[in-house]
Amino acid sequence: MTTLIEVPEAEPGIVAPKSKSKAGGGLGRYIVIRFFLIIPTVFILVTLVFFLMRVIGDPITASQGGRLPPDVLAQRIHDAGYDRPVLVQYFEYLGQLITGNFGTTITDRRPVVEVLTTFGAATLELSINALIVALAVGIPFGLIAAQHRDKTPDALLRFFAILCYATPVFFSGLLLKLTFSVWLGWFPVAGRASTRTELTMSGLAAPSGIYWLDAIRSGNFTALGDIAAHAVLPAIALGLLTAGVFLRLVRTNVIGTLGKDYIEAGRSRGVSEYRLVTKHAYKPALIPIITVMGLQIALMLGGAILTETTFEWKGLGYQLVQYLNARDFVAVQGIVVLLAIIVAVTNFIVDIIAALIDPRVRY
Amino acid sequence: MSTPALTAPKQPLFSRLPVISHLKKSVGLQRGMLVVGVVLSGLFILTSIFAPLLAPYGYSQLSDASGSFPTQQAPSSEHLLGTTVGGYDVLSRVIWGSQTAVTVIIVSVAMSLFLGVALGLLSGYFGGWLDRILVVVADAIYAFPTLLLAIVISIVISRGQSSFWGGIFSCAFSITVVFVPQYFRVIRAETIRLKAEPFVESAKVLGASSMRIIGRHIFKNATRTLPLMFTLNASEAILTLAGLGFLGFGIEPTSAAEWGFDLNKALADTSSGIWWTGVFPGIAIVLTVLGLTLVGESINDLNDPRIRGRKRAGRTPAPGTPAAPTTPSTPAEAGKP
Repeated sequence: MTTLIEVPEAEPGIVAPKSKSKAGGGLGRYIVIRFFLIIPTVFILVTLVFFLMRVIGDPITASQGGRLPPDVLAQRIHDAGYDRPVLVQYFEYLGQLITGNFGTTITDRRPVVEVLTTFGAATLELSINALIVALAVGIPFGLIAAQHRDKTPDALLRFFAILCYATPVFFSGLLLKLTFSVWLGWFPVAGRASTRTELTMSGLAAPSGIYWLDAIRSGNFTALGDIAAHAVLPAIALGLLTAGVFLRLVRTNVIGTLGKDYIEAGRSRGVSEYRLVTKHAYKPALIPIITVMGLQIALMLGGAILTETTFEWKGLGYQLVQYLNARDFVAVQGIVVLLAIIVAVTNFIVDIIAALIDPRVRY
Repeated sequence: MSTPALTAPKQPLFSRLPVISHLKKSVGLQRGMLVVGVVLSGLFILTSIFAPLLAPYGYSQLSDASGSFPTQQAPSSEHLLGTTVGGYDVLSRVIWGSQTAVTVIIVSVAMSLFLGVALGLLSGYFGGWLDRILVVVADAIYAFPTLLLAIVISIVISRGQSSFWGGIFSCAFSITVVFVPQYFRVIRAETIRLKAEPFVESAKVLGASSMRIIGRHIFKNATRTLPLMFTLNASEAILTLAGLGFLGFGIEPTSAAEWGFDLNKALADTSSGIWWTGVFPGIAIVLTVLGLTLVGESINDLNDPRIRGRKRAGRTPAPGTPAAPTTPSTPAEAGKP
């Protein structure tokens, strides 16, 4: 639903009529209030995930049960403190989170923070690539569809948008792999880079983890080519999912602005239809895109899990599935909490950007 | 949609049903989209009902009278869409898969409708601390990646065991948790709007109880958007189910056929050029979601007078359509939220 229609919104909780009269003070206040709204969101999700995970039992039995003798198991449970009351563990966990300690994974005994920083960069890279594809496809096509409203191009593009939404990422990924890697042999089948490049990348001093950034910084252009070839198919698969949403949004909003008085005024002065769309109507239509992008981040992270599994792209989503299959719930909990924080913070940033651009959203 | 329709003479129930009334007011391209959507959705439902008759083999059948099925066999006259690596017949699994999908949709949407509508009505009507808590919780869940939440919930519920109904319920319940906030938000917003309407106030003055006002006056008015949400959520339910299956948190192949699971198994086949194991279940997902989305989309567009295409001037408006302006009205309200 986040993807398709704008559901009627409830009146926002914080309506501060006073701040409207103040010209400058409103934004600062809005940012502060909006910032503090992150806390309950993250807190609720952490609580939800923690208790859901504990319903299954303690994490050590879940991952090691049956493999270790019962007395060793009991000893390890006792050492890790999982035999204490759940509420005590819950508050301890909250305390650890505040100090940035996400725990240690059970299966491979790595600090969760280390897992997050290692694989987070790969997911970030994938998301950026996909976002570029989504914007590059969605905005121009949306403009074209709006300009030819209810004509053939519009019909085709709208159908394309719905098709983008209707195709699961792993199916479009599978089709892309089949066509472009197996049959045509243009792109590699899976992974972020070939083994040699991956070795070079991990050997770099202070790598950012985002491969193309590292390759450019170290001036290694053969590696850059290899990375780009690997990035194309996953970026398209994940990007198209969001492109459809952007296309529809741009179309609806441009059609909306095209009916406004100032466009009518331009038209009556003889400004061409093409110029009306590209110069006058599309800018105000882009504002809702920024707002919706916040919601798209959540959709994209979900899609990233599937895309990474499809293309063996070793990011957070791929790793999450590995840990889930190994029943390592400390790691799962850590990754899920981190993703919750990412979603909350990006929504915050997006809201601030929207407020900077459009003063009407400041309450 | 709202006020003029109240004064217009009542149409027979059949032509007031959601999809049929929309079909009557649609024109041109929009009607085409709606018709395609209805046909695809109809095919999907019919396939699921008649799966036992349509499918040549069972979903977990590995052999017939002439011996075991070959594995990874290309489409042939015996197996129209080929066989999988495990020796399942692809066509049969695609057909049986529709049954799993329909069951999950019905269970999940029914559960989320019930919970979401009830919570939304109570929260919107009574307000207060219950409302605040529910809104914050719903917003938190709403912003979270749906698939991730579904994964967490499905492992909590199924814990690895997955019989047919166990698998169906764990999938359906995961989807429910994701959907409840959406229904909740919409119904709550509508309820708050309706609470201020004069007819609610007059009911209060007449001494009607809160339950009666909610059940009789608000419920009927607040649930206008539900057909739309139903179709869109049904398609999202299929995508979530397939996503769960693809990641391996779905239903075992011996308990039911599930398209996402088949795609997961097909992924390894692609590198050796075996296409039939993945392409057909994938197409089944796409067509189903496409059909449901087209229906939902068209309803959405037809409900919105700013987007809806109009019948040309001179033609008499179809019965039941509130007298629509013959020229496309300038969307004066476009800027308003």
